[in-house]
Amino acid sequence: MASHNRPLSPHLQVYRWQITMALSILHRMTGVGLGFGLLLLTWWVVAAASGPDYFDLVHTVMTSWIGRLILLGFTWALFFHLCNGIRHLFWDAGSGFELPTMRKSGMFVVAASVVLTVIVFIIGYAAR
Amino acid sequence: MSEMSHRSMRTPLGRVRGLGSAKEGTNHFWEQRLTAIALVPLSIWLAVSVAQVAGSGWQDVAAWLSQPLSGLAMILFLGVGFLHFKLGLQVVIEDYVHTEASKITLLILNTFVCVVLALAGIVSVLKLMFGG
Repeated sequence: MASHNRPLSPHLQVYRWQITMALSILHRMTGVGLGFGLLLLTWWVVAAASGPDYFDLVHTVMTSWIGRLILLGFTWALFFHLCNGIRHLFWDAGSGFELPTMRKSGMFVVAASVVLTVIVFIIGYAAR
Repeated sequence: MSEMSHRSMRTPLGRVRGLGSAKEGTNHFWEQRLTAIALVPLSIWLAVSVAQVAGSGWQDVAAWLSQPLSGLAMILFLGVGFLHFKLGLQVVIEDYVHTEASKITLLILNTFVCVVLALAGIVSVLKLMFGG
């Protein structure tokens, strides 16, 4: 099966970092990270069903400064994965493969994820 | 391994029989895209509405989740979200874990944990909706 004298392609670290590869690995990282976000969301929902005492504990953790920071991170990860996921759906449909288009859509995804995160946090703080 | 197969008496057809297409090659791909499309509106809904209700205490959050539309949307988000995550993490495990035993163990754990967590969340929303 595995032949040892076969030529190997150069490994990752010899490549110059480019937005396309950075966003590709970021998509996977945010995807795995968002699993922990789902865990946190589930904890919050289960706490709501468990009653006021237990919910207060979860609420205190989530509204602490570190809780807010973590929620900020998950909000950005969600929007990045969402926007870049839409980019992937366009590729699945066969469009947007030209290199300049890929770079442009990549930059757009990063900008959109930041803007959407800021909007959601403005909505959150305005609702209080 | 390659030397052995050279000397094998088995025909090429005999060797590959049972290893071929299981007729569901595109199933994983398709389910991942389908859940991705469903998660576009669901994620926007989740982010906007949770941001509005997150600062509130138990009473408001419980009341919000027991409303038909928000309860349904949360159930959909948890169900579709955990399915999408399960499919994605499955690929990550298959890509990076090469020891057969640990790979299969992690794949089983992935499925079990995702199903349990999704159901825990969904049952909680149902309890708030119907438990009074």
